[in-house]
Amino acid sequence: MGRLVATATPDTDIGTTRRAEPSAMVRWATRNWLTILAIVAVIIGTYFAYQWDSRQTTAVAAGTIRQATPLILAGMCGLVGERSGIINIGIEGQMLLAAFCGFMVTSYSVDALTSGPALAAGIIAAMAVAAVAGLFLAWTAIRLKMDQIIAGTVINIFAIGATSFFFVQGRTMPKVPNWTVSSLEEIPLIGRLFFDHGPLTYAAFAVVALFHVTMFHTRWGLRTRAIGEHPGAADTVGVKVLRLRYVNLAIGGALAGLAGFSLLQSAGVFNRGMTNGKGFIALAVMIFGRWRPMGVLAAALIFGFFNAMQSQLQFKQAFDIPPQFFGMIPFVLTIAVLAIAGVRARPPAAVGQPFESE
Amino acid sequence: MAEVSDPSEPTEPIEPTEPIESTESIDSDGPDMAEKTARSFDTSDSSPPLLEAKGLTKRFPGVVANDSVDLTLHEGEILGLLGENGAGKSTLVKMLFGIHQPDEGEIYFRGERVTNDGPGDAIARGIAMVHQHFQLVPPLTVAENIVLGAEPTSGGFFQRRAAEARVKEISEQYGLTVNPRDIVDDLPVGIQQRVEILKALYRGARLLILDEPTAVLTPQETDELLAILRDLAADGVGIIFITHKLREVLEVTDRVTVLRGGKGVGTSTTKGATTASLAEMMVGRSVVFRVEKPEAETGDVVLRVQDLKVRDQRRQMAVDGASLEVAAGEILGVAGVEGNGQRELVEAITGIRPIVGGSATVLDQRVVHKPRTVRDMGVAYIPEDRERDGLVGTYSIADNMVLASYNRPPFATRGVRDFDQVDDLAERLVEEFDVRTPGIDVAVQTLSGGNKQKVIVARELSVPKALVVASQPTRGVDVGSIEFIHEQLVAARDAGAAVLLVSAELDEIFSLADRIAVLYEGRIVTTLDPNTTTREEVGLFMAGGGERAPH
Repeated sequence: MGRLVATATPDTDIGTTRRAEPSAMVRWATRNWLTILAIVAVIIGTYFAYQWDSRQTTAVAAGTIRQATPLILAGMCGLVGERSGIINIGIEGQMLLAAFCGFMVTSYSVDALTSGPALAAGIIAAMAVAAVAGLFLAWTAIRLKMDQIIAGTVINIFAIGATSFFFVQGRTMPKVPNWTVSSLEEIPLIGRLFFDHGPLTYAAFAVVALFHVTMFHTRWGLRTRAIGEHPGAADTVGVKVLRLRYVNLAIGGALAGLAGFSLLQSAGVFNRGMTNGKGFIALAVMIFGRWRPMGVLAAALIFGFFNAMQSQLQFKQAFDIPPQFFGMIPFVLTIAVLAIAGVRARPPAAVGQPFESE
Repeated sequence: MAEVSDPSEPTEPIEPTEPIESTESIDSDGPDMAEKTARSFDTSDSSPPLLEAKGLTKRFPGVVANDSVDLTLHEGEILGLLGENGAGKSTLVKMLFGIHQPDEGEIYFRGERVTNDGPGDAIARGIAMVHQHFQLVPPLTVAENIVLGAEPTSGGFFQRRAAEARVKEISEQYGLTVNPRDIVDDLPVGIQQRVEILKALYRGARLLILDEPTAVLTPQETDELLAILRDLAADGVGIIFITHKLREVLEVTDRVTVLRGGKGVGTSTTKGATTASLAEMMVGRSVVFRVEKPEAETGDVVLRVQDLKVRDQRRQMAVDGASLEVAAGEILGVAGVEGNGQRELVEAITGIRPIVGGSATVLDQRVVHKPRTVRDMGVAYIPEDRERDGLVGTYSIADNMVLASYNRPPFATRGVRDFDQVDDLAERLVEEFDVRTPGIDVAVQTLSGGNKQKVIVARELSVPKALVVASQPTRGVDVGSIEFIHEQLVAARDAGAAVLLVSAELDEIFSLADRIAVLYEGRIVTTLDPNTTTREEVGLFMAGGGERAPH
């Protein structure tokens, strides 16, 4: 890898005077060489896999994107919260509530509206209920100065209980249609990979781009990072720390709502406890992604890939191993990631601490 | 300004309270005095002073932190604010900055009466404060930290380039060199402080309050800061400079206001003042209260510290070649301005902090970086921060009494605790050491400061020890308990222990110590005999002023 870096920078012996200020492209490339290397490796790997078994590869690749969708959105929810200084362990519960409300609203409104508007109403309901749960978490953390882990756990337990209690067996909702780009989806592999997904999958990628820009290039992002690291410093220069935390927890909640609805997008129906630990895996995704939107995207894709592999292996029965063992993969991976990445990960400094201005 | 000579001119800025002859030439003033006198304040001008505080009073439950304090500051002037710990300096500037509201008195800023309802108000008026603990966000860049809260934006987008350009501009204007793109976390403390000052200037501060800004700086960084302050003053910024270090006051300020016990003792021009005259104003002439104690009967040397080097949290060499000896049956008092290596010295001797150079031995056994081992060598330790290092607040008095011996006979046999033995001991010690408590099962955190300290003293001194290390043993303790603790230390000495007493209170040092060692910048600069020296002389050495050979 060292050799790779050396070739990327111009020759040092000749023309040292010209090396004063490398161009923005070169600087970007040297800073992100590991990322570039990874992307190239993935592309090459996928190419050879495709040569070897095109059908399998296409299925796993498309599955990776599909499985990554809720993790991206939920991971972004965790990121917005922790960047502002509040741990959100209740993502699981927010997703479950959102999936339930989204399902119920869609299911009951589909007769009055048509399926498209009913789905839109469901998505809005999902975002709203999860945002309210986010505000509840913010309220307990800010006003009650409650332990944030406990407050999040309250949301999780409430969500399991409430959704199980009110759930009515046998209801259905219209399928969330895939948005395809005509003719582009025909391209082998690429088409299935990029141009044949439900709207929430595209939304997940848009959310990552949006928050990458806003987190590092807007006033909101600067202030959010400041209140997660040193709220006291932000407070002394007039940043409204508590108000911004409320706002950000609501935004994060809306993202968790999208994550919850994306589960309906792939399952087509609500099931009890259908989040199945994804809200917790999302926290691992956030840590692995080092609290950065692009990092969350990359981490979610890795988890998504193992999920997709896992379901393919279960489906194919390629090995004489009970399928539950394959089902374990994402969780074992979560533990491994937290054990390895967690050592070097540095969360925002003020995360989890109640803030009181002087 | 209780001693303004001419009441008809209340805005007269130069009011020497001490009868200092202006014609008298004083050697210690240094070469920059000429420059300082050149910077004159036009007193005939009718324009009001930048800041004027009259009769500020602030009461906290049980104490009057500030009692009718006056203060005046002109544009382009550097005012030193001096006083011992607890004299009320911090309370005073917190009122000026709007963190506290005065109970009585008025603040005038640029001739207008103001009430600063919080720091935001003060900042908006052009009053800025550089706190001792920096208010910076470590992972953000210099520019981001400076503009935070008042960011240049366009359509919600943060204008990074504009921010960086503006920071560059201000930093060049005032000679405060920083790189706007550096991450604050990567910068040394001196540069971080520059960022704090730039933050104030970016917001258009005309009055800058610095709370012990040099406490965290290396000597070199201090010199740089002082030069910066002079430049800022030349630009018309008024500066209030809080410090313990008299040398810095003489070097950089125009006038000095001294507080003692919450009251303004007076204001004097720096020109003509000396470290001795300032120390006298600060400490006052209160009588030294001596504990009744017989002459020391010293035995063999117990603690021998040779050329000791210890690093502090910031990896700076806080103890840098200190040497001292304490013999059985004597109390060695270590005097010094806080932050000159006291904490590190004590923690190295007790095995809490690693020794990086030189050595410390107790009864010829080398001190190692293992507190338990050192304790077993016969070392008792009364720590500076009793809540953090001396007690477990939620444990009972009884459990705190056996913190170091709970797992040994008679308090435990084969890993099973014997609570009867523990209770017997606790009952006896509470009685003997006069701990005022409803019972031995009370959580120790519910006791008053004095009683908490008595619990520690009881635990540490109830068994004869070879060496007693006592660090600020009476800080924040009521008068009655102070006397008791002092008696216990003398009793330990008379029983044959070597006592190392570290204290910021000169009264305490004078009343207890058989010999006085002065710690300055990590070294023992002199050892003095309390019977022949004076507070002024010790104060001079503490301020780094005494350069004579030790007697």
